Amino acid sequence: MDIIKDTNIKFVSRRKVFYIISSLIISIGIISLLFQGFNFGIDFAGGTLMQLDFNQGNITVAEIRNVLGEINLASSTIQSLSDNEFVVRTAQIGLQERQNILETIEHRIGPFEVLRVEMVGPVIGESLKRLAVLAIIFAFIGIILYITIRFQFRYAITSIMALGHDVLIALGVIAILQKEITIPIIAAILTIVGYSLNNTIVIFDRLRENLKLKLHSPLEEVIDLSINQSLSRTINTALTTLLPVLALCFFGGTLSDFAFVLLVGIIVGTYSSICIAGPLLLELKKKGKISTKTFAPTNQRVREQEVKINKKVKSKKVKKEKR
Amino acid sequence: MKQLRILRLALIILVIGIALFYVFPLDKNINLGLDLQGGSHIVLECVDSPNAPVDSDAVNRVIEIITNRINPEGVKEPIIQRQGERRILVQLPGMDDPQEAEDLIGKTALLEFKDESGVTLLTGAYLKNAQTSFDRFGRPNVILEFDEEGAKLFEQATVRNVGKILAITLDGQEISTPIVQEPIPSGEASIVGQFTVEEAQRLALLLRSGALPVEVRILENRSVGPTLGRDSISRSLKAGIVGLSLILIFMVIFYKGFGLIADLALLICMLLIMGAMAILNATLTLPGIAGIILTIGMAVDANILIFERIKEELQMDKTFRASIEAGFSKAFRTIFDSNVTTLIAAIALLYFGSGPIRGFAVTLSIGIVVSMFTAIVVTKLILELIGQHFTKNSLV
Repeated sequence: MDIIKDTNIKFVSRRKVFYIISSLIISIGIISLLFQGFNFGIDFAGGTLMQLDFNQGNITVAEIRNVLGEINLASSTIQSLSDNEFVVRTAQIGLQERQNILETIEHRIGPFEVLRVEMVGPVIGESLKRLAVLAIIFAFIGIILYITIRFQFRYAITSIMALGHDVLIALGVIAILQKEITIPIIAAILTIVGYSLNNTIVIFDRLRENLKLKLHSPLEEVIDLSINQSLSRTINTALTTLLPVLALCFFGGTLSDFAFVLLVGIIVGTYSSICIAGPLLLELKKKGKISTKTFAPTNQRVREQEVKINKKVKSKKVKKEKR
Repeated sequence: MKQLRILRLALIILVIGIALFYVFPLDKNINLGLDLQGGSHIVLECVDSPNAPVDSDAVNRVIEIITNRINPEGVKEPIIQRQGERRILVQLPGMDDPQEAEDLIGKTALLEFKDESGVTLLTGAYLKNAQTSFDRFGRPNVILEFDEEGAKLFEQATVRNVGKILAITLDGQEISTPIVQEPIPSGEASIVGQFTVEEAQRLALLLRSGALPVEVRILENRSVGPTLGRDSISRSLKAGIVGLSLILIFMVIFYKGFGLIADLALLICMLLIMGAMAILNATLTLPGIAGIILTIGMAVDANILIFERIKEELQMDKTFRASIEAGFSKAFRTIFDSNVTTLIAAIALLYFGSGPIRGFAVTLSIGIVVSMFTAIVVTKLILELIGQHFTKNSLV
């Protein structure tokens, strides 16, 4: 079954529309970020978290908040996972105070099982923040180096721009929905980094190959051709990656938010590889910095062989037609 | 050519065999992280206080005392490790109550006997032993036995305070306020508090292992009860099975015969990932499972890339064998380049990530490497072996 077959969509000529759509989404995210900021979870902000499973159902967040209010913890975050399961997030408190809270809740609302307790001090939170930033910087540098070696610096810059686009949108969505930034969310962002690149590189790889074969066509057409040739693969891969992530979103429990961020990343990453990365490469070329010649492959011999194979195929075709 | 193929077939069967051998039984060979089996991950820091500055000796003594406090029956394989100069990592798998670990570790267990004016007369440092017992009313109590010097101090304290209260405090909190009836020269005392048998036992254990020589501060505590761990396993298993089934179906619908081959390769890929986990003795965490689920999706990507290329080659009227060869050689570089970039991101996580998230980086990295192997080696061999039995239409 083929949904997408031999398409010839002019992506590059519609690039202004894509730029506008992307800038709009990114701007909304940035505005939300400026006004609301991120909702840092205890991993980064420090604090205490308790996940409680009450023996009876029908308990409301308000009930728990009332009880916490009595012990001056009304500002705590209370999240309901089901009608008897709750996550309570407070400032960093000691063991004594924690036991006091739990006793008060048990006394006033009813018995429960403590499913999880997490306490992160400010020292750990700070060092985790530093590590998360380092991880992202390290990944970016590694990727730029790799693409520069395998392709060219300009490809690297374009991929990183498309990548930044995806990460910005994902962060924007996190800010708008005020999703808690936890360690798994950082892992999801880094996965988006890898995934988005993966898609862009598949298209660039095709472009690299086509540029060798179709030197006479204008770059704009070759970019469009490469995107269209990879389109079926890009869409199918996005779908196969979405399926398990969707499943994780539904059944994931504590991993639902992680899966949600990945979901956003996969959709945005697929869009940016198709609609943003190729056109951006053209923009760089427009400034007169890229000639088709600079796309020449590093491994000339492999290329020459490929051209030979291609010629053979063509001549075969010609023979057939003659018959 | 043919000999090479037999060699490759032998290699694949060998790899699958090794994986099968190491993986089963699953529950014995795959290490579960604390977030899946339940347990506590705690980081402590020794801090200076005016009368007890931290030195290397003190940190080692803290480690020793904490080791003694942990009940060997309740905790299977505790890890108590020094991290850097002043930090100590404590990992206790299989704790039933997420509260318990911090309770056990966090207590300084400084036992003091104070007179009515609050002057400390004697501390737990002179204790020889502490045991639970029952008084004549059947109430649980803790019997203290002092060493020689402690016994002398205790005798003096009781002599001076006959008829008065001699308060017993633990970490500054009064646990018992007995009135001294007569001087006690034997060096034995009992604490009758209002506690349950378990509480008395825990107190005795705390006192036996001694007071921590310096103040400790808990920097991080991540404790998961066994119920939540089991729940996480069953949820992610469900997500994994649903995700995997959907992909298996998707591939057959879209790629027919090729899809079946990709499905087989995917199942082999899953087996090899688990095998690699077992052989590397890696720990499977909840984010690690997420990594595997994500890999399911990414693993078929390589197959899709290859099949799309072969399709194109077939459309150019090449023979089946030539199309496979050309398709693989053209897809290889793409697969390699695109996977290496994902691998770079995964390694960044591996390097800087902590705790459970490292589990995600581990499964993702293993998944990338294994999926490349199955796509490039396994898929190709299956295609070569059975490809000629398919007609072009049954494949595409």
